[in-house]
Amino acid sequence: MDDWREAQEVLVMDGGIKVPYSWSAGETGTTYLESLRDDKKFLGTRCPECGIVYHIPRRNCPDCFSECAEWVELGSSGELVTYTITRKHHPQLSPLKGVFGYAVIKLDGADTGFVHLISEFDESQLAKGARVEAVFAGEREGSILDVRYFRPVKAVS
Amino acid sequence: MGAKRAGIVGVGMTVQRSTRRDVSGVELINEAVRAALDDSGMTRKDIDAIVIGNMDHFEGINYVDTWSVDGSGALGKPIMKMTTGGTTGSTVAMGAYYHVASGMFDRVLAIGWEKNSESDTTGAIITAFDPFWDRPTFGGAVAGLALEATQYMAETGATEEDAAYVAVRDRKNAINNPFAHLRMESNIEAIMSTPYLAWPVKLGDMCPRTDGACAVVFASEDIAGDFPNVPAWVHGVADRHLWGYTSDPYVNQHVKGGTWFPAMERATRELYDKVGITDPLEQFDVAELYLPYSFAGLRYMESLGFCERAGGPALVRSGDTDMGGKCPVNPSGGVLSSNAIGATGLLRVAEVALQVQGRAGDRQVPGAKLGLATGFGGCYWSDELVIGKEKPEKARG
Ligand SMILES: [Zn+2]
Repeated sequence: MDDWREAQEVLVMDGGIKVPYSWSAGETGTTYLESLRDDKKFLGTRCPECGIVYHIPRRNCPDCFSECAEWVELGSSGELVTYTITRKHHPQLSPLKGVFGYAVIKLDGADTGFVHLISEFDESQLAKGARVEAVFAGEREGSILDVRYFRPVKAVS
Repeated sequence: MGAKRAGIVGVGMTVQRSTRRDVSGVELINEAVRAALDDSGMTRKDIDAIVIGNMDHFEGINYVDTWSVDGSGALGKPIMKMTTGGTTGSTVAMGAYYHVASGMFDRVLAIGWEKNSESDTTGAIITAFDPFWDRPTFGGAVAGLALEATQYMAETGATEEDAAYVAVRDRKNAINNPFAHLRMESNIEAIMSTPYLAWPVKLGDMCPRTDGACAVVFASEDIAGDFPNVPAWVHGVADRHLWGYTSDPYVNQHVKGGTWFPAMERATRELYDKVGITDPLEQFDVAELYLPYSFAGLRYMESLGFCERAGGPALVRSGDTDMGGKCPVNPSGGVLSSNAIGATGLLRVAEVALQVQGRAGDRQVPGAKLGLATGFGGCYWSDELVIGKEKPEKARG
């Protein structure tokens, strides 16, 4: 097959399947997203057995398998667990313009990290453990992107 | 009916290339299946059951099991599709092994395949992520691996050059493998000069997108003497699949005192306990590891117990994982040289089988008797198999 390119021009058919879906956030996810949208507050859930505070909130602790019915209000700042920086813009894929980062962020009061975007940074400000804060969108519609991104917390002098 | 020991008695693989437009997906599968049947001295009629897998959404074909019967030989036979993301190929191997070990089937064909060239790989991978909590802010493979690499470097002091060593090693090994996709003599400077995809991961650190297929025949101990090849015996298997949201690995690391890759560490512990591995670097003669990017070749060595935490860079730079070292890693060139994803985990199994059978050609590790094969999938899953020349004293899950 090594020289198949020379043997025959093969027909190729372009395809593209668009399938519409309507995903439900469920009651737990809805409570969380409504809090972001209406109050600009992050909520987590606490496992009654192991005590872990989950953010993103989970209805079920994956380890103890018990229902996490207790809501905990979290801070809108936290620390970088890890991150990467993206420099190349793709019109369909890039959620922000210009240089931005993807990061795992552990909010104050939460035990688990979650993935979000980072922007408005100088690269020297980024490190494991660096403090970041949420920047909310002006118009919010009940999505994780009601938080536009996180940015480094300005040092208090 | 007790559990049966099972051996690999036939292996077939296609040449791995960036595009295989000369064949349809079904025809690509057929190339590997014919080669595996020829290798095991069988025809389609001799096969009792088939397990097949590929990545969901990659070719846009959902009923791969029925769609592919012309190529797989499954017409009128029991067939089961297994698909677990990046681990699909190793899961297919484990599924075929379980079929035989159960005592219900004597000859089972495992097939893994992919035509990456037919899809938008990242677009398809994004469908593995949660629509609310992952997709709006995250998706695809490279950025997730970059997050892992960033944290690994911050916690251990490993460098991008350490990672580049792994890419150089594997692609150089691939020169000995006529089936591999990227076969090249390279060096650390060349890898370091490739463009960043997502810091600190560069083009040279990443696996390619590949078209290819692999098929492996598993046979019961009751008939394992009936084939032209001496069987490569399955000594044990283990897997752990953790998945919730993208940040799942951190749950265990930061909350419960675990380490970075709990799935791999837990699977490893179970497998080594079952098989009796206490010093993998000394006990394994060869390892074919699913290293999707270069940094994995440092950190996964730690999770697999080949060295202590943060010991990955010193281990690989010692030469112990090079050809001629204590335990050569990826004599085939590994995933950094060829990544037809659904085939990739099964190729690791096939390569270890060829090694312990002494049939690996120019990439043979002389005298290899016991080897480790792994599958990796996002988000941080792990399948592991130990395969050996000697027949194990009993069948192990
Ligand atoms: Zn719990």
